[in-house]
Amino acid sequence: MFASLMGWVDARFPATKMWEEHLSKYYAPKNFNFWYFFGSLAMLVLVLQIVTGIFLTMNYKPDAALAFASVEYIMRDVEWGWLIRYLHSTGASAFFIVIYLHMFRGLIYGSYKQPRELVWLFGMFLYMALMAEAFLGYLLPWGQMSFWGAQVIISLFGALPIIGEDLALWIRGDFVVADATLNRFFAFHVIAVPLVILGLVVAHIIALHEVGSNNPDGVEIKKNKDKNGIPVDGIPFHPYYSVKDIVGVVVFLFIFSLILFYAPEFDGWFLEKDNFVPADPLKTPEHIVPLWYFTPFYAILRAVPDKLMGVMAMGGAQGLLFLLPWLDRSPVKSIRYRGPYFRWALTLFIISFLALGYLGTQPATALYTNMARVFSIIYFAFFILMPWYTSIDKDKAVPERVTMK
Amino acid sequence: MRTLISALFIGLMSITSSQIMAASGGVHLDPVEIDLSDKASLQRGAKTFVNYCLSCHQASFMRYNRMGKDLGLTDAQVKENLMFASDKVGDTMTVAMRAEDAKKWFGVTPPDLSVISRARGTAWLNTYLRTFYLDDAKTTGTNNSVFKDVGMPHVLWQQQGYLSHNEAGHLEQATDGELSSYDYNVMVTDLVNFLAYIGEPSKIQRLELGKWVLLYLFLLFLVVYPMKKAFWKDIH
Repeated sequence: MFASLMGWVDARFPATKMWEEHLSKYYAPKNFNFWYFFGSLAMLVLVLQIVTGIFLTMNYKPDAALAFASVEYIMRDVEWGWLIRYLHSTGASAFFIVIYLHMFRGLIYGSYKQPRELVWLFGMFLYMALMAEAFLGYLLPWGQMSFWGAQVIISLFGALPIIGEDLALWIRGDFVVADATLNRFFAFHVIAVPLVILGLVVAHIIALHEVGSNNPDGVEIKKNKDKNGIPVDGIPFHPYYSVKDIVGVVVFLFIFSLILFYAPEFDGWFLEKDNFVPADPLKTPEHIVPLWYFTPFYAILRAVPDKLMGVMAMGGAQGLLFLLPWLDRSPVKSIRYRGPYFRWALTLFIISFLALGYLGTQPATALYTNMARVFSIIYFAFFILMPWYTSIDKDKAVPERVTMK
Repeated sequence: MRTLISALFIGLMSITSSQIMAASGGVHLDPVEIDLSDKASLQRGAKTFVNYCLSCHQASFMRYNRMGKDLGLTDAQVKENLMFASDKVGDTMTVAMRAEDAKKWFGVTPPDLSVISRARGTAWLNTYLRTFYLDDAKTTGTNNSVFKDVGMPHVLWQQQGYLSHNEAGHLEQATDGELSSYDYNVMVTDLVNFLAYIGEPSKIQRLELGKWVLLYLFLLFLVVYPMKKAFWKDIH
């Protein structure tokens, strides 16, 4: 009965074919470790954000006079509204934690390298879209940080020569962030950017499944196939990684729930105190701080004395990540077999990224600004010097087959 | 190397120090213990709130009947004891004072207090309410240690009396109030507890639900982890 039904469908739509290509006969390396949970977790959080977002939209009012109150209405009067809202706000930060760990995995195991350059590029575009999505969404509660954060970021466009001010005006739809801005941000946040994200996720996964997954050894499992053409170090994604990822999901949800139920503000890191004050165009908050996931780039922006140069440095800091597949000249993928230069460079890069992230949350004192400058230089040096230090690095021999450690 | 990098990330996750100190004019803020399960404290806080705050400030997101339900009061009890500004128990806690009048009288519209505990923090509120001091330069006759040149007068002067700065620059009692300093602190603690409650009424449900969700996930782990082990037993 089921077989004949599937036969009927398969004659009209490649359901079984897709199931096999992407799950039951997609052969993934058998040696995935901890770092390989974050791809599927990113997907989980994406679904969570979309579903909770839909329910929030049912009661949220994208109107400067009503927005703040409508969020509190959701928190108080809507059945389970508080849970939906906290799932969404905690989910936003969780999304970035998961994505940063996912990108870090790509860095340590060289997952961006040939033949996975497009997987990396689609991923980077996803990261950009995610940042846009988070920035747009942060305006919607219409608190002081929503308002002033948007005001600051949009004014950055004003630093561009000639067209700058007109461009900023065009983005805002008013001379300051106002009702018009809120309306268009809402439109972009709930439909435009999510569509882009979904499209990019499909491209990211199709590209990945075309070339196959990398692994902690950086060994191409497709080089060693058995007589049936199946990689000897590969195992079908379903059921092996589906059951493994479920364990990851449960552990993730446990940690997620700890924050969601017991510290949804996460001491001001996930929900800022100032955002519980309704937006007031006449009252500038003492410190305008973006949420933590933007702060490394915010620190770079503030480290440069000139506004235009600062904006360019910030853009460059993100742009260089796109070029990674071509900056890295080493034939070795995994950090397990790479030489000391790359290991040290990566360690310094991660320290700089975290330090910049911290400095971006702090007031820009002279000391902190100078520290941000040092870390910014290290951040850029990681990329700019990469063609040099990766080509002279003392890499180790890469094994023929994957290892299970 | 791997451990070093892992350690860095764990370090990132564990940063929980406060991002930015709330503007407190450099004054030490006295923390206060919030206990949303202490219904008696919340009821006393509610009483203080409707008697002394709700004439100028609103809590326009907080409904009377929701408050009654969470504080263990019937609608009739709420109406009789806590509702002076409205007549429908489903109303939110608004005041009749017009914003433009308020602005004229105090120089600023008194802020809505619905989420003030989340914006300012409970330690700030606890300190603010106890550090009004005499200041002749002000039209209200008082100033505040954590909110310099605040427009609000010392509303609880009858209870606390007045404080003033001594020669060492510390606050000390200038005139006595009806309450001892201990009883006044209790009154403020109850009020701050109540403000914390109206800041997030659903926190009561949140804390209650949380443990069941965590228990469920823990039990689920006990199922899915052996399942993974069983599927993977032949993979070496």
